[in-house]
Amino acid sequence: MGALTLSKVTKSFGTTDVIKGVDLRVEDGEFCVFVGPSGCGKSTLLRMIAGLEDVTGGDVAIDGVRINDLAPAKREISMVFQSYALYPHLTVRDNMGLALKQAGVPKAEIQAATDKAAAMLSLGPLMARRPAELSGGQRQRVAIGRAIVRRPKLFLFDEPLSNLDAALRVQTRIEIARLHRDLGATMIYVTHDQVEAMTLADKIVVLRAGRVEQVGRPMDLYNDPDNTFVAGFIGSPQMNFLKAGALGLRSDTLGIRPEHLEISRASGLIAGRVSHVEKLGGETLVYVNTDTQGLLTVRLFGEHDFAVEEAVHLTPDQARAFHFDAAGLRIRG
Amino acid sequence: MSQARRSIARSIAAHGVLILWTVIALFPVFVTVVNSFKSRKAIFAEPLALPGPESFDLVGYATVLKQGDFFQYFLNSMTVTVGSLFFVLLFGAMAAFALSEYRFRGNGLMGLYLALGIMIPIRLGTVAILQLMVASGLVNTLTALVLVYTAQGLPLAVFILSEFMRNVSADLKNAGRIDGLSEYTIFFKLVLPLVRPAMATVAVFTLIPIWNDLWFPLILAPSEATKTITLGSQVFIGQFVTNWNAVLAALSLAIVPVLILYLIFSRQLIRGITAGAVK
Ligand SMILES: Nc1ncnc2c1ncn2[C@@H]1O[C@H](COP(=O)(O)OP(=O)(O)O)[C@@H](O)[C@H]1O
Ligand SMILES: [Mg+2]
Repeated sequence: MGALTLSKVTKSFGTTDVIKGVDLRVEDGEFCVFVGPSGCGKSTLLRMIAGLEDVTGGDVAIDGVRINDLAPAKREISMVFQSYALYPHLTVRDNMGLALKQAGVPKAEIQAATDKAAAMLSLGPLMARRPAELSGGQRQRVAIGRAIVRRPKLFLFDEPLSNLDAALRVQTRIEIARLHRDLGATMIYVTHDQVEAMTLADKIVVLRAGRVEQVGRPMDLYNDPDNTFVAGFIGSPQMNFLKAGALGLRSDTLGIRPEHLEISRASGLIAGRVSHVEKLGGETLVYVNTDTQGLLTVRLFGEHDFAVEEAVHLTPDQARAFHFDAAGLRIRG
Repeated sequence: MSQARRSIARSIAAHGVLILWTVIALFPVFVTVVNSFKSRKAIFAEPLALPGPESFDLVGYATVLKQGDFFQYFLNSMTVTVGSLFFVLLFGAMAAFALSEYRFRGNGLMGLYLALGIMIPIRLGTVAILQLMVASGLVNTLTALVLVYTAQGLPLAVFILSEFMRNVSADLKNAGRIDGLSEYTIFFKLVLPLVRPAMATVAVFTLIPIWNDLWFPLILAPSEATKTITLGSQVFIGQFVTNWNAVLAALSLAIVPVLILYLIFSRQLIRGITAGAVK
C-alpha cells in the first residue's frame, strides 16, 4: 500500500533540463530521503510525484499503477511544505479536515479523524485557532497533522524543518520519526541537511544536478560511497580528499574522514601547521594547513590542546581510506 | 536623547508637509461644498466665507432636486460605476491569475497585450465604439457605458493584480490542489483574499475616472433615462448664464457616493494589510 516507482523520469522547463532521467523504487512503508545541494532538483522531483508538475518523460507509478496524468488530489498523497502553507482563513480544525471535506466524507468521520491526528501531535488546545495565531513550530505541526488526517498512501515532505530554529528542528525531527514508526506509511522527505537525512532515512537518495548519484541506507552511503560527491556530501565535517600521487599511491584521490586522520607532534606522513581549532566538548576539530595537501580537517574525540601555528604531522589510516579515480569514481578492492 | 529630539522634529516636519498637502487637495472640495449652501450673491461677494445666517441658502439644492430627475441620474451613475467596477475586478483578477499562475505558450505576449491599454487612451476609439454601439443597438443604455468602462479599466487591473498574484505563495495553492480544491476555489478562497489590498487599490483607481467621466455618457447615453450625474449637472451650465448654486449643489451631492465607495475600499485595504498573509 504505497510503493513508489520512478522510471526514466525527466523534467524540462523550456530548454533547461532539470531532472535528467531518474530511476528509483521506494518500498511500501519505507522512509526515503532525497538529499542534495540547493537547486539540484529535489523539490521538482517531489512535485512531480505529487502531480504538481507535469512529467516531461518517463513514468511515475504508485503500487504499480501509472499516475502520470492523475490530478494531485486523486493520488492519495499528502504533502508538507517548507512554508507550512496553511489556509489563512480556516481554523486549525478546518485546515486539517479540508481534504476529507472535499472528498465528501461525512462530518462525524472528519471530526474523528482530525481529533485523532490532533491527539498524536498534541494540537488539542489549538484546534479553534487560525494560523495567524500560531507560532512557527505549531504551524508546522498543524501542517503535519493536515497531512496525517487523510491517511495517504504516500507522505511527501519538502524541507519541512528549514524554517524552524535549531531546538524545534530537532524536536520536530524526532516527532516525524515517531510518526513514521506509528503510521508505518511510506514517506518521501526532501532536505539539503545531511544530518536530517542520516537520522531519518531508511533509504537515502543523493541527487546532483538532476541525476541520482547513489541510493542506499545511511550507513552504506557513509561507509561505502560510490564517488567523491557522495563521500563529500555525507558525513560532517566533510571528508578530506588527498592527492594520492603525492603519497606514492596509484589511485588519483584518497578520501579519508576527519576521524581517520591521525595527528602527531613528532612524526607522520604529511607535515603542516595548525590553522584553527574548534573545541566542542565531546570532540575537537583541528584544521591543519599542510604543505602538500592544502587544508585538512582532523576530528579527535574528547578535549585536546593544540596551538595555532603549531607544527604537526598527519597520517591517514590506510585501512579506512577510500580510493577514487580521476573521474571521482570509487576504486573498490 | 538628541536622537529622540531629532525624530520629533522630523515627525513635525513630516506632518507639516502632509497637512499642507491635505489642505491644498481638499481646498476645491471645501470651496464647492461651502458655497453650495450660500446664496448666489454671497458666492460672488465672498467665495471663501462660511455660510452665515444671512448668506445661508438652500436654493441650489432645491433647484437640483426640482430640475430633471436628479435621483435617476444618481442611480445611473451608481449603476454604471458599481457594475463596471465589479466586472473590472472580476475579469481583471481572473486574467491576472491565469497570467501569473499558468505556464502556456504566449503567456508573456498575452500579458503585454492586455497591459497595452494602459498606454493607449480608449477615447481614441470613440468613433468606432459609437458605431459598434449603434450597430448593436446599445446606444442610450447603461450597458454601453458599463462595457466601455470595463474595457477602460481592465488593462491597469490586469497589470497590477498579476504582479501581486505572482507573490502569493505557490505552496499555498499547491496545498489546495493536493487537498482537492478546484482552481476556482483556489482563486476565490485562497488567492483573492491575499491580494485584497491590491484589489482595493485597483478599485479606487478605476472608480474615480468612471464616476467623473463626461465624455462617454455624453456620446453613448445622453438620453434623459440614462444620464449620469456628471452629465445631468451640465444642464445648469449654460452658454450665457450658469446657475452656480445648482452646479455647486449637484457637485457636492456627487461627492457623497464616491466618498462612501472610497471609504469601503480603503477599509478593505487596511483590513487586508493587517490580516496579513500567513508566512
Ligand atoms: N518553474 C520553474 N521554471 C524554471 N526553472 C525552474 C522552475 N522550478 C525550478 N526550476 C529550476 O530547477 C532547478 C531545481 O529546482 P528545485 O527542484 O527547486 O531545487 P531544490 O529543491 O533541489 O533546491 C533549479 O535550477 C531551478 O532554477
Ligand atoms: Mg527545494
